[in-house]
Formats: sequence, structure tokens, C-alpha cells
Amino acid sequence: MNTLTQIRFIWKPIVFVACLLPAALVVTDALEITGRLGANPVEEIQDRLGNWGLRFVMIVLAVTPLRRISGQNWLQRFRRMLGLFAFFYVLMHFLAWFILDQGMLMSAILEDIVERPFITLGFTALLLLTSMAVTSTNGMRRRMGRRWDKLHYSVYAVGVLGVWHYWWQVKADIREPLIYTLILAALLGYRVFAYRRRQARLSRTKRRPQSIIN
Amino acid sequence: MLIKKASDIRPFEITSKKNYLNRRAFIKAGGVIGGAALATPAIGAIVPDNSLSENKRVKIPGVTPSEFSTDEAPNSYEDITTYNNYYEFGTRKDDPYDNSQDFDPRPWTITVDGEAEVTGTFDFDDFIKPHDVEERIYRMRCVEAWSMVIPWDGISLADIIKRFKPTSKAKYVAFETLYDKRRMPGQRSRVLDWPYREGLTIAEATNPLAILAVGLYGEALPNQNGAPIRLITPWKYGFKGIKGIVKMSFVERRPKTSWNLSAPHEYGFYANVNPEVNHPRWSQARERRIGAGLFAAKQPTLMFNGYGEQVAHLYENLDLRRNF
Repeated sequence: MNTLTQIRFIWKPIVFVACLLPAALVVTDALEITGRLGANPVEEIQDRLGNWGLRFVMIVLAVTPLRRISGQNWLQRFRRMLGLFAFFYVLMHFLAWFILDQGMLMSAILEDIVERPFITLGFTALLLLTSMAVTSTNGMRRRMGRRWDKLHYSVYAVGVLGVWHYWWQVKADIREPLIYTLILAALLGYRVFAYRRRQARLSRTKRRPQSIIN
Repeated sequence: MLIKKASDIRPFEITSKKNYLNRRAFIKAGGVIGGAALATPAIGAIVPDNSLSENKRVKIPGVTPSEFSTDEAPNSYEDITTYNNYYEFGTRKDDPYDNSQDFDPRPWTITVDGEAEVTGTFDFDDFIKPHDVEERIYRMRCVEAWSMVIPWDGISLADIIKRFKPTSKAKYVAFETLYDKRRMPGQRSRVLDWPYREGLTIAEATNPLAILAVGLYGEALPNQNGAPIRLITPWKYGFKGIKGIVKMSFVERRPKTSWNLSAPHEYGFYANVNPEVNHPRWSQARERRIGAGLFAAKQPTLMFNGYGEQVAHLYENLDLRRNF
């Protein structure tokens, strides 16, 4: 069995199941098998799903830097799955809010989306994630060509919107959103650093016309 | 050579883990039961406890019912004692329960100062001894848009204030929570400007609805709910209900209050429950009743939390949109 088949048939299923655990735990805690959701289960479910949505956005943003720094290119093979899990948890977080918290009361939901900036931010992030999720197949990627890359760069915006969304609903204890902000700053900072290094290398090659291959 | 093996049974295995962890409270509870055999305990002699286990909870004697109580079904003891905002013990809802287990609200003194004829520092027992304890089953509406129904046991704040004979200069009553980083671990981080401070106008403080609670469900107030004594003003958002009070001051100027200091555009001095004035970041029109279940709809929030009959006259000439 070569490495590719190993990733496909052993590691991907393992990672898939592991990524589902937080969601499974919400269900088993709601049924009071593994634990409890506490006095305010609606809030607990929303918080947990939202937290995992944000964590998966951070995890998927960490794939490329980790791959480049470590040279472990197989990491790339998990990027789509992790991105889809980010979408899954954010969608579940939205549905928990939509169904359990707002009771599908459309007037209140529309008012919240339009008038509460933190909900507007979160909803925008969900729309971006949805557009990336539906275009995540190999076929769509091939058909969209360079526009696919442009669309999928919006994962950076999702990171910013997600952290902002979290920051904006905290009352006084900013420690957790601050941690997410620092992680996001490091992940986006790496891209800026890598981009500038690439630009510098390009301009060096321009000054040396004898070099054809860079 | 004979190697002596340590005993297989370690001490903590003989005592159950729960009793072992609660050993101090266990010993104290024993003392109270012993004391009770000698004399009828005054309420001041109660050792507040915070465990959910039945054997450690101490009854308050002579609690009388009140006409101000709602007939809505109260929330469970567990909901009321495990879902708390008490940043002195941490900012998560379960932190106060988790982190207040070792807190000992004895000895406790309350300092009364400012524009009053009677001032001084009083032991908790002496502070509450002259007063009757009433059961007040009140709705509690948190500024975060959730609510509970809580059977407090408390003393009329108006009666307490009368005893200290405030002068005509006393326009407000200010309260302060204990500030002790060793006993209140949440105070080690500066999420709020400690100590927690709250205040009421004299008219609000002497409204018959305002009480200082010393108990819950007929038992001494648990630590996570503000032991040994806290403020309850049911027509205001929950954060006005300052916990673990060590100081009461009669003052001429409007006192500074903690959440107003933290975010003045979000939390006002009055903090009256008002479904028409939204928090800048969320709606106050509806509330989630804790304990209603996973699929229960939110319920409409009532003006002054449904206590308008008793308090609306206090705010007749006040623009509640500006004075939120």
C-alpha cells in the first residue's frame, strides 16, 4: 500500500471521524449519555458549535503554513475535508440559532441579521463558506479555473469575520477572542511574509537576466 | 530481604471522594447541627453552603411568605445554583459554582457609612438580626436576555435603610462587594474594575420590592449566588443585584457602578428591564426562560420585568431611552 492509498483509506476516515466528535458530543450530551448541556442548553449548543466552526477555520488556515514550514506535503490532502468541517460547524451553529434560539421566527431573524452587526458579520461568513463549500468539488475547481482561487481566498475574510463576530458578543472577558485574534494574526501574517519573500525573490531574478529558471 | 509494601488502601479511598473534597464543609455542617441542639439558631448562625447534596444545606428559620411573590413555577435549585454570572469567581456560567466551593463567607462584616445618623461596621449577624426574613419569589431577567424565577429569602431593604436613619443629604445608596483576590479568584484578572460596585436612588432602594437576600429556597444563600448577602431589585437587570456585599454607603452624588464603568454606552445606571430599549448588540424584546427546555420559544420581556405596578411611578418624568 503506497502513501496515497494509506491517506485515502486509513487516515482520511480517521480524521473524518475525529472531526465529527464535537458534534456527536453535543448530541450525546443533549441526551445526557456522555454529560450535560447545563441550565441553558440552547446557548451551550450554539456556543460549542460556533467555537468549533471558528477552530476549524483556524485549523484549515494552518494547513498551508504547516506544509510549507515542515515540507510535509501530504497535509494538503486534508485541506478540503477540514474546510468542509469548518462549513459544517458554522452551518450547524447558524441552524441552532435559527431553529432553537430564534424559534424560526422570521421577523426576529431578519431584524437580527440586518440590525445586529455581530449577526450580520456571522451571516456574511456563513454565505462565504457556503459558496466555497458548493464549489469544493474537483469538477467545479476545474471549470472555474482562476476564478476558483479568487473565490477561495475569501477564507481569509471568513477568519476575520468569525473572530470579529466572536469579539463583538463578549461582555467583558476578552481573553478568548484575543487568543483567536493572535492565532489569526499569525496565520495571516505568515501569508504576508511569504508573499513578500516571493516578491523579493522575483525582483532579484529580474535583475539577473541570465537566470531563466527560478 | 523483606520489602515492606505500602498499604493497598490509601486514606482517601476510605472516605468517599465527595466527602473528602468537602471535608471542611462537612465538619462545619456537623458543628451547626451540634449547635442547633444547644440553642435555636439565629439566622446569623447559619453556615451557608453551596453543595447540591441535601445533607449540607441549612434551613433558615421563621421565613414568612410575601404578597410580592409571583405564582410562576420557580426554577430548580440546580439551575439557580449552577448557571450564574458572578465574575468574582470566573466569567463562565459554571465558574461561580466550580470556583466558590472553598469560599467561606464567615466571619463577615458590613460597613455602613456616609450621610446617615447610624454608621459603623457590623457583624453580619448583627446587621440582619433585627429584621424579618420573607420569602420573595421573583422573576430575574438578565441583561443577556435569559430569565429565571427564583425563591429568594430576604429582608426589606427599606427596613434596613430606616434603621440607619439616612439624612436629607442621602440621595443614593451605594454598595460594594468584597475585594479579596485570595478568596475570589476571578478578581485576579481585570475583567472588571474591582471591587464590584452598584447603586440605587433612595426612592428605588426604599421601594418595597427591593430586598437584601440571605437565602434561597428557604436555605442559606449559596456562595455562587452571592453569600452571605446580596441585593435583589427584580424590575432591573440582574447585574444590579450586587453580591457578597461588604459596604453600604449613603451618598449625595450618583455612585459609580461597575458595568456602567466597563461599557457606559451599553449599561446604564438605572438598568430597568425594558423590552423597547435594546442593548446596542442584541434585542431585549424577548427572553429565554431557563428550564423551559431545548425547543421552548423565547417569551416576550415585560416592561419593568412585569413589576410596573410597584415601580413605574419612580420613573414618571424620566426619558427611559436616554436613562437606560
